[in-house]
Amino acid sequence: MKRLATMKKSTRNNLFTYALVIAAFVVVQALRVGPGIGSMLEGQLIPICAYVTMALALNLVVGISGELSLGHAGFMSIGAFAGSAFAMALQDSVGLSPLRLALAMVFGALIAAVLGFLIGIPVLRLNGDYLAIVTLAFGEIIKSIATNVYLGMDGNGLHFSFLNDTMDLSDGGVELIRGPMGVMNSQRISTFIAGFVLVLAALTIIFNLVNSRTGRAIMAARDNRIAAESVGISVTKYKMIAFVTSAALAGAAGTLYGCSQTTFVATRFDFNTSILILVFVVLGGLGNMWGSVIAATALTILPEALRQFSELRMLVYAIVLILVMLATNNPTLRGFFTRLFRREREGADAGVRAVKGGGGHE
Amino acid sequence: MSNKRPETKLVPVPSVNKIPERDVDKSPILEAQHLGIDFGGLTAVNEFNMAIGRTEIAGLIGPNGAGKTTVFNLLTKVYQPTRGTILLDGMDTHNMNTVQVNRAGIARTFQNIRLFDNLSVEDNVKIGMHNAIHSGVLSSVLRLPSYWREEKIAHERALELLSIFDMQDLAGAKAGSLPYGAQRRLEIVRALGTNPSLLLLDEPAAGMNPSETAELMENIVKIRDTFQIAILLIEHDMSLVMGICEGICVLNFGQIIAKGTPTEIQNNPEVIKAYLGGGKEA
Repeated sequence: MKRLATMKKSTRNNLFTYALVIAAFVVVQALRVGPGIGSMLEGQLIPICAYVTMALALNLVVGISGELSLGHAGFMSIGAFAGSAFAMALQDSVGLSPLRLALAMVFGALIAAVLGFLIGIPVLRLNGDYLAIVTLAFGEIIKSIATNVYLGMDGNGLHFSFLNDTMDLSDGGVELIRGPMGVMNSQRISTFIAGFVLVLAALTIIFNLVNSRTGRAIMAARDNRIAAESVGISVTKYKMIAFVTSAALAGAAGTLYGCSQTTFVATRFDFNTSILILVFVVLGGLGNMWGSVIAATALTILPEALRQFSELRMLVYAIVLILVMLATNNPTLRGFFTRLFRREREGADAGVRAVKGGGGHE
Repeated sequence: MSNKRPETKLVPVPSVNKIPERDVDKSPILEAQHLGIDFGGLTAVNEFNMAIGRTEIAGLIGPNGAGKTTVFNLLTKVYQPTRGTILLDGMDTHNMNTVQVNRAGIARTFQNIRLFDNLSVEDNVKIGMHNAIHSGVLSSVLRLPSYWREEKIAHERALELLSIFDMQDLAGAKAGSLPYGAQRRLEIVRALGTNPSLLLLDEPAAGMNPSETAELMENIVKIRDTFQIAILLIEHDMSLVMGICEGICVLNFGQIIAKGTPTEIQNNPEVIKAYLGGGKEA
């Protein structure tokens, strides 16, 4: 019974997160069917899902495996470009748009995962902040490459060129990626429901991974590298699993985002975006998934909601951010919440305390 | 200096002159030959020779800074030795790293406790059992039947191991919140989870009171008897060392100055000199 009460804490947290996401989805869907939620929010729904997934993915790296990535927008970019190009290429062969979106997401995730793996090979063998430096560079490199790629498709198959548009597409050919112009995607196949499914899938993958032999090894490598190695855990391998999983989720989120826009360019996924995602994670709490969900949602809506302040918008945004950070770290407020929650946990914790006290006197 | 594997010895060479009854006719589980390491110009350990019987409890003692923990770090390959050979069950560990040495059968605890503080006691033990359970990423994410089967085995085994120290009721508590003595015991349980053939304990009784130490002594013997493994321990508490060690090795300034049974060590003039300061000839 004591074990149940304490074991439940993480399970309870997970269930709360699922409930939060499902409840938000149900409420929003009900409002959309009924009175409507306003065009501003309506347009933000899919980006919110994409950014929530990004925050969850980054939290797996930063919170669970304890490494810092400053280039997660790079993986999102890869997912967006690869995924939407893939979706456009499949336009004729796969008619059903949800299926096409799903295939595109898998493709975007796969490409992002492969690149994540390649980055991880040299970097994750090192101990320290090297991942932050390398991912920072990676994000910039991806941005430069994506700005200069031309990809097209015609009757003869795929055409690819770099720096200059030399594709020479035959009649009826489609330009998929046009260098600095980015992707011009006439078909917007992403839906809010697809975004919701992706968020749920990300949550399931992360929770199931964390609460398993693999997840325990990842956390062991984070908490104490030397101790983890002393019990036979290959630290590099498990940091890699966390990083590649995260890159794949970021790629899928990128595809969702890319397929929701009529057009987007590579500079959309720059260093600022990477930092923004990191802010979601830090604000929501390291390793705290429901925190990431709420932070990503709130901070995606906030800039839009602040449009009335026009040029003061980013100033107000920054002030709100600072106030929230101060409030969540305020000892008085924390004490208040601890007291509030303590009452319901009292029964469970008293048992553990009694046993611990007894242990000390042995 | 030689790194090539010497021929198996027919006569076991335990750490003492007297072989424990159980280990007669068996080759030693661990043999360190001419082991040494230099840090820059400083020789931290030199000419370290020791063999440990398969079910022997051996002690490694010496004044502070003698190089005892360095020997542990050499055996577990936290440091790569500059000289010498380590044979684990006759197998040369020359090219192995810490992870591989653990898989080959050496588990250890740490002088300054290294638990996974934020995780539960049970998870700490399960992390120790990492290579004893086999569910992979896919079966975990998809929650396949093999995942549930492995987790159930892991859970039961973890509680069983914790029951050695009567800690099964603490399984859900956070490791970092345990009292000091319990943290030391948990480290031993975690090490046992890796299913070792040789257990290295670095000052297991540090910070314990006499009654806790007495209980720990019983438990170390119990662990040896139950799991039939060899135990090498570093300890400053002489009641523990003299009470349970069958062979003792004394280290001073990185050199072995004496080996023998507890009685021999207690009467060895070199050892008394190292511990109490120089005699007339110093």
